[in-house]
Amino acid sequence: MTIQSFSSAEPVGRLVEEFNKLPGIGPKTAQRLTYYLVRMPADEARALAEAILAVKERIVLCGRCFNITEAELCDICEDGRRDRTRICVVEEPLDVHALERTGVYHGTYHVLHGVISPMNGVGPEDLKIRPLLERLRSGEVQEIILATNPNLEGEATSMYIHRLMSPLGVKITRPARGLPVGGDLEYTDQVTLGRAIEGRQEF
Amino acid sequence: MQDFVGAHRRAPPLGNSNRNRRQGTGARLCAPTKIWKRAGAARSLLSRLRSYQTTGIVLKQKPLGEADRIVTLYTADRGKVRAVAGGIRKARSRLAGHLEPLTLVQVSLAHGRELDHVTEAATLDSFRALREDLSKLSVGMYLAEIVESFAQEHAANSAEFDLLIGALSLLQTVNDPAILLRHFEVRVLGAGGFGPELQRCVECHAVLEPGDHTFSCAMGGLLCADCKGQTDGVSMRLSLNAIKVLRNFQRAPYDAVAGLKLSPPLLAEVSRLLSTYIRSVLDHELKSAEFMHMVGKG
Repeated sequence: MTIQSFSSAEPVGRLVEEFNKLPGIGPKTAQRLTYYLVRMPADEARALAEAILAVKERIVLCGRCFNITEAELCDICEDGRRDRTRICVVEEPLDVHALERTGVYHGTYHVLHGVISPMNGVGPEDLKIRPLLERLRSGEVQEIILATNPNLEGEATSMYIHRLMSPLGVKITRPARGLPVGGDLEYTDQVTLGRAIEGRQEF
Repeated sequence: MQDFVGAHRRAPPLGNSNRNRRQGTGARLCAPTKIWKRAGAARSLLSRLRSYQTTGIVLKQKPLGEADRIVTLYTADRGKVRAVAGGIRKARSRLAGHLEPLTLVQVSLAHGRELDHVTEAATLDSFRALREDLSKLSVGMYLAEIVESFAQEHAANSAEFDLLIGALSLLQTVNDPAILLRHFEVRVLGAGGFGPELQRCVECHAVLEPGDHTFSCAMGGLLCADCKGQTDGVSMRLSLNAIKVLRNFQRAPYDAVAGLKLSPPLLAEVSRLLSTYIRSVLDHELKSAEFMHMVGKG
């Protein structure tokens, strides 16, 4: 979509268009952000521009787990205190963040960068599944935790990886399915509620 | 119905019910002509049509913005409907579990400016056995993608809807889905208006003699011996047995053909024809077909 430039100044129109390409930003928000930047102190604007460039130029994928990092290996893979015998498989780098925030998990990760979704044109070959198999070859790994999202595509991905790995004799687990904190039984769908009852724990 | 929906789309967006009502009453007081009265009545009727309930199967989802998704539903009474499900990516979403792909749901939808919005959803059948078996799931995804590709938005096709629901239910218990799949393909092609012509020559309309014939994907049917040279594009030779199997699938419901024992080469011939023909009708590859073959039981 091209946006009607609201100013004759060419750089302004260009920035609006660039913002508009970002996810969740429509033409109005793009204009608002651009106007805000026009009035921003020069050093702050420079810091923002540099931060954007730094992300593009310095951030790479970890050679082992494919998390985003600045070095060859990410902080978690470098950390000697992490439990190398466990790998938690997640869809996106943001999922690593979410799991780290729990403070409960001390193993390593593997980021797939997507999920099998044939309806949206994504197959297993588009994900980082092969490198995961290679990580298992070292023999160090004892447990794989398949922490893909608990939806159809996530499940399909987990089942696919499970099928590939079960001959390798490694323990394969996945996070429990159940009721969300602050949730409401009445509105819970049958699959979630059914699994929550099946996976109940002693009080 | 279709007219009302269209008219409503051009009417002021949601949240203006007060204004509508005021205009309606105003019209009645100030201009007591029949036309104005009718316009007021139509407006209040439209505001009641602002939302609707329907039953549909979720074909796919696509992320939208921060926490929303666009869900594609296939409904019995409105065909394919794309709707925004707000907040569905949040863990505590009341809609999320009900709008997973391959779920039969009862939904309430509110008319929106571009896309309708899901306001409520309740699962009728989640086809749980499909979700727990990768091979079956991949077949289910394939069925959904075929229907998604053939279906038109807001064009009801209850035959196609019943086919999909029937096939997904059967898939849960069927061990080898090969016949189910081929039967579904033939039927869904028929329901979508692309049913292969297997009785008469598509070129000269002569009744076909029993025997092998050439199938033209571009023309969507068999060619007789005299016309077989006149086809452009993809064509395939079909054996008499394969033609008989396909005709049988066209005529009979699944129950009647479920017990058929087809030799592997014959089954392969039928499935090759169907996949080639479907690809030529849709003019694109089905990713889910590739995935289905990858994980087995194709």
